[in-house]
Amino acid sequence: MKPAPFEYSRATSTVEACELLRRHGDEAKILAGGQSLVPMMAMRLVRPAWLIDINEIPALKFVKIEKDAVRVGACTRQCTVERDQALAARVPLLAQALAWVGHVQTRNRGTIGGSLAHADPCAELPLAAQVLGARMLLRSAKGVRTLEAEKFFAGPMLTSARSDECLEEINWPSWSWRRTGSAFTEISVRHGDFAMVAAAAQIAIDGDGRCVRAAFGLGGAGGTPLAFPKIAARLVGTRLDDAVVNDAAHAAAAETEPGSDLHASAEYRRHLAGVLAGRALREARERARNQ
Amino acid sequence: MHPTTPPPAAAPLLEEEGKTLSAMTSFRYIGTKRRAKEHPRFVSGRGRFVADIALPGMKHVALVASPHAAARIVSIKTETAIAAPGVLYVLTGEEFCANTDSLPIGVDAPGVTRFALARGVVRYAGEWVAAVVADSRALAEDAAERVEVEYEPLPHVIEAEKALAPGAPLVHPSHGSNVLYHRKFVWGPVEEAFANAEHKIAFRAVWGRSATVPIETFGVAAQWDTGTGILDIWASIQMPKFPDQTARALRLPGNAVRVHYDVDVGGSYGVKRGIKHTVLVGYLAKKLGVAVRLIEDRLENLRGGDMQGPDRIFDMQVAFDANGAIRAMKIRAVDDVGAYAGRSPFQLGKPVTAICGPYAIDAIEYEPTSVMTNKTPQEAVRGFGQSPTNFAIERAIDRVARHLGMDSIELRKKNFIRKDQFPYTIPSGSTYDSGDYHAVLDETLAAIDYASLVRARDEARSSGKLAGIGISSCLEPSGGNSAFEVLMNPKNENTTWMDSCLVRVDLSGSVTGVINNSSAGQGHESLVSTVLGEILERDPATIRVVRADSLTALPSNSPVGSRMAIMLGGAAAGAAKQIKETLIAIAAHNFECPPEDLEYRDGSVSLKGAPEKRLVWDQLVEIAHRKFHKLPAGIEPGLQAKFVWEVPTGGGLPTPEGRIQIYPCYAFEAHVVLVEIDPDTGKPAIRKYVCGHDCGVMINPDIVHGMTYGGIAHGIGAALYEKFAYTEDGQLASGTFMDYLIPSAMEVPGLAIVDHCTPSPLTTFGQKGSGEAGYLGAPAAIANAINDALAPLGTSIEALPMSHLAIWKVISGAREKAAPT
Amino acid sequence: MSETLHAVSVEVNGKPRSAQVPARLSLVDWLREDLCLTGTHIGCEHGICGACSVMLDGEPVRSCLMYAVQAHGHRVTTVEGLAKPDGSMSVLQDSFCETHGLQCGYCTPGMLIASQGLLNSNPDPSEEQIRDAIGGNLCRCTGYQQIVEAVRLAAKRTSEKTR
Repeated sequence: MKPAPFEYSRATSTVEACELLRRHGDEAKILAGGQSLVPMMAMRLVRPAWLIDINEIPALKFVKIEKDAVRVGACTRQCTVERDQALAARVPLLAQALAWVGHVQTRNRGTIGGSLAHADPCAELPLAAQVLGARMLLRSAKGVRTLEAEKFFAGPMLTSARSDECLEEINWPSWSWRRTGSAFTEISVRHGDFAMVAAAAQIAIDGDGRCVRAAFGLGGAGGTPLAFPKIAARLVGTRLDDAVVNDAAHAAAAETEPGSDLHASAEYRRHLAGVLAGRALREARERARNQ
Repeated sequence: MHPTTPPPAAAPLLEEEGKTLSAMTSFRYIGTKRRAKEHPRFVSGRGRFVADIALPGMKHVALVASPHAAARIVSIKTETAIAAPGVLYVLTGEEFCANTDSLPIGVDAPGVTRFALARGVVRYAGEWVAAVVADSRALAEDAAERVEVEYEPLPHVIEAEKALAPGAPLVHPSHGSNVLYHRKFVWGPVEEAFANAEHKIAFRAVWGRSATVPIETFGVAAQWDTGTGILDIWASIQMPKFPDQTARALRLPGNAVRVHYDVDVGGSYGVKRGIKHTVLVGYLAKKLGVAVRLIEDRLENLRGGDMQGPDRIFDMQVAFDANGAIRAMKIRAVDDVGAYAGRSPFQLGKPVTAICGPYAIDAIEYEPTSVMTNKTPQEAVRGFGQSPTNFAIERAIDRVARHLGMDSIELRKKNFIRKDQFPYTIPSGSTYDSGDYHAVLDETLAAIDYASLVRARDEARSSGKLAGIGISSCLEPSGGNSAFEVLMNPKNENTTWMDSCLVRVDLSGSVTGVINNSSAGQGHESLVSTVLGEILERDPATIRVVRADSLTALPSNSPVGSRMAIMLGGAAAGAAKQIKETLIAIAAHNFECPPEDLEYRDGSVSLKGAPEKRLVWDQLVEIAHRKFHKLPAGIEPGLQAKFVWEVPTGGGLPTPEGRIQIYPCYAFEAHVVLVEIDPDTGKPAIRKYVCGHDCGVMINPDIVHGMTYGGIAHGIGAALYEKFAYTEDGQLASGTFMDYLIPSAMEVPGLAIVDHCTPSPLTTFGQKGSGEAGYLGAPAAIANAINDALAPLGTSIEALPMSHLAIWKVISGAREKAAPT
Repeated sequence: MSETLHAVSVEVNGKPRSAQVPARLSLVDWLREDLCLTGTHIGCEHGICGACSVMLDGEPVRSCLMYAVQAHGHRVTTVEGLAKPDGSMSVLQDSFCETHGLQCGYCTPGMLIASQGLLNSNPDPSEEQIRDAIGGNLCRCTGYQQIVEAVRLAAKRTSEKTR
């Protein structure tokens, strides 16, 4: 399974990468970790005329802990983020999601930005980004713009990034409440496989145990990762007892229109959505209570 | 007991100079922990797999495959492809099929031809239509995209039962139907037993299409030497009669083909019968005058490599009494071999050798049907049909137990053939050599601490999970006497299933064993060196084992049917015995005494009672090689021996009722498994797994255990994860490793094996074969465990694989039924 | 029209190697075909089976999912580079031999890379951690049992040596 031939450039800066994108536009693809793109090229499902390799741009590899967010360079390796304890303390959901991403070899090479730009609706990082409202910084020869996750994910394997734009940085908001808990769970056939359905949740409670903020979402249940801000808002002010939480989970599942494939029917996925959303919410709640 | 054609006497290897088998069971090397000889090269990355072999000027092949399940080939345009960079040639079926002969099919079906490239029609999606030869694989793939094939789709049939229905599209119209083989065997008073039995059950069990899918795909390299007129072949091969079939298809004399057996095969477990690939590459190599290599990529392998596996529907009926005694069984098996067949229909015949499992059931009706559909062809898979059959039988046992409200362990023990009943002839004519099924099951239950396993299951249940214990008790027929060939095709009178070994002791006194097949991880070099060392009483570490090629080899039928410990082990032992006898004869001649007065120890021969009168190894070797004047008359100079022998109990022909001795030796395995199912998601997990195993004397325990662990992992895959799934329009939906799901170390739990030894009376050391162990009983045990877990819901699942989706459907279906309206 | 060649310099098993490679040549194909380091194997070419695992800058990666040109300026270690400086087997390699942690040998180089990667960062791994570390390496021969035992044994032997 050898890919169709392509031209290759190794960009040394984001400016250079953007210039190459400007020149080759629709015929070019960014090569980051390659864990999703290279197999597709090997099977000749995609055949870009130009590959722009951004792996050697130091400016794209960083983790910056700030007051209200953690900023991660697009080409930061997943394993780097996985091991970063300071980041895990600020954005625990990101670290939890990473534990489910592929295998050791995948995470040693795969990047945070690469997984987001690939936008597989079953993938873990896009779900975490959707739930947390992560913001994507996109650079082109024309300048930069920021897209919230909601707007960034446009469909299966489709983002709103233009063909001349390169994802440069991802801003992961962190919550300020001390009693914040998060959880990520998924069902896949084998360990490390694509999720049939994934669920992510983050909950903050006050000193009395009342919910002050909640966010949760589902992966694999639609064309993009799904967040449920309206349903989550209904949890605010409650004590998050099981009945309330389970209602929220089922309400979210009822809104989904999942697809069918070899491993899971739409009906099965919708059922899993309800089950996993409930589990993620309950686990996040317990972690918040234990803070 | 039932009459069979008595087989010729087994080769007399049992007794060694008056020692009985029991006296031989204190072995020096056999049965001890020894590192495999093969290890050092593999852990240092110095294996020699076919893709590692670089021949000068070698060209590479990529295939053009049919996108249609059935279609007429209207035209093939190759001009653009030939003009592509680096392309040497584009071969189509028109030329290839006119210049080579069809590959043989085992059953009597002359209208069913098979070639590596399609001619005129394609019969499955993935069938190879053209082969591109280029300077590199990448360039060959580029050019393959430029081959223009025009198809006219034809009606196709994907399901076996639809292919059997009147009016179904015919996969091979010249054959007249889609049925490759059908027969109804009746052994014993079946109808009478069913009429008189107190109870009956009937159910369907389905074995989904999966295979052993090695991590190395099939590959073959060929080179034709005009100067010598020899076609050299290096292949990742595990196949009987491979050089012969290659030569015949290429219309070459047998001695024009030289297969190199010293290629490391990266796993096979039955499937690597790449005869079509080899004829294709051999043809190209000869025609083009360059070395040519085809290494399947994974897409080609899964879809077009013709290495899928049994795909079988069992309709089972059991007649039994209230006390659990099983009177009779009816097994109707419909197996879908896909669009072409080689030996695959025989996978319905091999299970005849153990058709009643380990149970004393006196009447069996067996009705196998081999049917063709427009799917990728099936190939030999580990166990050759025995694992699907064991699955069906063991599901029947559990269902009988459930029907009677009887403990399934008690039911098994009640029906087991007893230790004192061996040798035991089953209704279909095979005689089981030895066994102690009760003991092995008991030891397995003790090893897993059955009582606490039950408690663990019950605790899991009370915590809200679904949990179940599954047991299977099955046979592993071993020895590879493929008498099912004759059983299923009266025109075939092939009753020879020999193997061989050559042993040389050179001038320096070093010992070398020569084996006559390629190996795929079974440790044959370790096997032979251990056996030679045992008989010659020389350290196996000093014994080298090499491989012949097909022109220098003694006859072999390759490692299939769990035969090598018996056949290769026996041949090595036979050859070593001859060497030992020669050494004793040399000493007897030089001491001027009869051989009975002499004692052989560690390679030296001395006079009994006068040990100082001794000739040591080096002296004996020197006489043999250099001192003709000291050599007894009638002894060849040099020191070498060849041993070729027929499989024990082999050589028989079937009776008119189809009774025949097939395999000679019967290993036994008992699996006990605890599974849990998350009732909200259907996700299964194996919590505990113990396998009791009795393959007689183990020549190298680590090697036997290793293959058993691997067999269990294969079985876990077949039971829970692996399926070659097809869409309605005949497309393979699981054509990559993203969808054909092989279990990893996270899906396979810790495994434990409990050993038992009931030696075989038919072999040198009492060894039975054991290459298929674990796989033969694991799917059955896991199916029984999952069903035990589902039982409280009043539901069951009888189709493999039991995927998450399938399990959830059954659970949610049961809950809907139980829900108050 | 021939493909553009790119210059690469890579340290492979401690030795600097340079070449001119087409962009689409995978790292595993370059190692095997051009450098004749055939110990690394190909099982799927789509990033699942792990037979192609090598160390890139000391961490296990799938070499079928990298192009050779991407390895420029980096360090690659293959199974051939796992031996001790004197050429003898590493503790891990020897442990695989001791527990019979291999049969056909095809997945073995990948397994060795993945397990050595684990032991390099976690010298006393639990069984769960071992299985997780090799979870991306498929084996059809061993059922993983004796491989897990090999890694356990290597960890034990290494810790005994350092005590």
